[in-house]
Amino acid sequence: MLRFIVRRVLQAVPTLFGLSILLFIWVRSLPGGPAYALLPENATAEQREALRRAMGLDDPVIVQYGAFLGRLAQGDLGESLQTGRPVMTEFAMKFPATVELAVMAMVIAVAVGVPLGYLAARRRGGALDALVVGGSLVGICTPVFFLAFVLKLVFAEHLGIFPSAFRQTPGIDATRITGLFVVDGIATREWDAAWDALMHLVLPGLALSSIPLAVIVRMTRAGVIEVLGEDYVRTAEAKGLHRRTVRGRHVLRNAMLPVVTAIGLLSGALLAGAVLTESVFAFGGIGQFIYSATQTRDYPVLLGFILIIAAVYVAINLLVDISYSLLDPRVRVR
Amino acid sequence: MPARPLLAVHDLAVTFTQRRRRDVRAVDGISFSLGEGSVVGLVGESGCGKSVTSLALMGLLPPRGVQVSGRALFRPGGGDAEVDLLSLPTRRMRDLRGRELAMVFQDPLSSLNPVVPIGRQVTEILVRHRGLKGAAARSAAAELLERVGIPDPRRRLSEYPHELSGGMRQRALIAMAVACRPRLMIADEPTTALDVTIQAQILELLKELVTEEGTALLMITHDLGVVAGLCDEINVLYAGRVVEGAPRHDLFRAPTHPYTSGLLRSIPRLDAPRDEPLTPIRGTVNDAIEWADGCAFAPRCDNYAEDCLGGPPDMREERTGHRFRCVHPVHGRAPGVPEPTATQGGDR
Repeated sequence: MLRFIVRRVLQAVPTLFGLSILLFIWVRSLPGGPAYALLPENATAEQREALRRAMGLDDPVIVQYGAFLGRLAQGDLGESLQTGRPVMTEFAMKFPATVELAVMAMVIAVAVGVPLGYLAARRRGGALDALVVGGSLVGICTPVFFLAFVLKLVFAEHLGIFPSAFRQTPGIDATRITGLFVVDGIATREWDAAWDALMHLVLPGLALSSIPLAVIVRMTRAGVIEVLGEDYVRTAEAKGLHRRTVRGRHVLRNAMLPVVTAIGLLSGALLAGAVLTESVFAFGGIGQFIYSATQTRDYPVLLGFILIIAAVYVAINLLVDISYSLLDPRVRVR
Repeated sequence: MPARPLLAVHDLAVTFTQRRRRDVRAVDGISFSLGEGSVVGLVGESGCGKSVTSLALMGLLPPRGVQVSGRALFRPGGGDAEVDLLSLPTRRMRDLRGRELAMVFQDPLSSLNPVVPIGRQVTEILVRHRGLKGAAARSAAAELLERVGIPDPRRRLSEYPHELSGGMRQRALIAMAVACRPRLMIADEPTTALDVTIQAQILELLKELVTEEGTALLMITHDLGVVAGLCDEINVLYAGRVVEGAPRHDLFRAPTHPYTSGLLRSIPRLDAPRDEPLTPIRGTVNDAIEWADGCAFAPRCDNYAEDCLGGPPDMREERTGHRFRCVHPVHGRAPGVPEPTATQGGDR
């Protein structure tokens, strides 16, 4: 197992290296550049040129890339052009918000999607099944930012049940440890702060969960339908096992195999793709920051954040493969 | 055989119904019985309704789209009380399955859960019906595996189905079937998916278990060679009906229904002259037979005559225990048909 993990991590290195080259070229080829984004509109051409030279942007791309790699080897991703803080620091500040949001969305998607998909499969062809299949189609088709706006409008602004923005009500003085506000609140027994942070997660979490929920419902339904027809389920029935044993041990466990893979892939997408939801709810995660970095041509942030996200993605895929091999002995790694 | 059989099936019929489709009558009034500790064969080619019969008896047919009629009287525990397996409530059926009635399936690989260790799949039935727990269940499972001839059973408990050979898998399934010493075991083509040498071993094992435990066995197969060495009594099925039923020796010595005699003549023989051709039965089982219009075998029959279509032939009994369903039966020994003895690990 350890050898498998080490091998997979080593395999990720060339992937990330190639990605860094592509990203470097892509970022540098964005029109404009920091010299335009950072300086006021009435700055002279000489001033812009001076800034470019100061930032090393007039060197050949290959030289710039070499310098970037050199700093990267020392764990330095440079400093944000927007805030002047190191990219690593910015990431460490903003990533917990995104993680918290992605976890919330995934918890909703799994907690609702798996039972719903299971019930739909058991009552295949019934009203609930039709509702689930139709509903999941709507879920996949609805743009996330639209859903986010509607949720915010109805539940925050009209009904006032949930907060409409931010991760914590301003004025609440909470201790920060991990940056995951709910976890911090529980760890420090500041229950009010934890509850407040959790309430702030509900609407963005719901909005972000729509697509994973729809995918998980569908995959669970398809998986259960397939497994119900398997010979080993008939064998389990022939043993006279209780219904719950047949369903839990023999049906659901096998039906979950493809769902686990989907959960992994969807989680990766949630970490990188919460830009719109974060913006609607002013959530302050990495999505929002990457968006503003694109606007200001904040090269170091773009490069650094996307590379770190890619690394996280690789790590999640590794976790998926490991959990998959725990669930399915046929692909168990040696 | 005691006065009352362990299992008596009367007029079992199974019809599959589908919306916008013609109903399919897979089993059309099958009757047979099985005494305590006896071995009875249901023989027929694919599509004759033999697997559906076994699933109906086990209560394993899908709940929707199936109509089952008839009676299957079973005496749980071998006592005097009778229950009808076809009308028993699901909950009672679950109590009987695995404990009193067990089944061995055709394809051992797909019949085992690929993600659950073998040991767990054996212990779960012990936990359910014998109330064993933890270490006790595990050692009982190991004993069972050893009983069915799986070497190094302790180690096998933690292995998964894909780590076992085909023969071992079928042995493991048999271990599960005999785990609670059932009164009746149904084996649906238990050797079809296996190599010939393994087939013989599995048949030998089944025979041994039945003899030692006094379990009755309903052997379902398309292979007359399998029933020859194993069964006390044989029922030949054609198109959802029993067309002939007789004690083994009687059936092989004097097949009465043209179908049975045709089946026997189509078995290759080593002592036949080289240039003697096999005698196949013409045609194939045809789904489109109109059931009501006489004998379903008529289109393929050498003894066919006009009156074969005058309604389905009744079951007749000319000698005690030898019943058949034919208007123009063949009599006496079928030409060139010896009784197949000891094929596939029979009387060794």
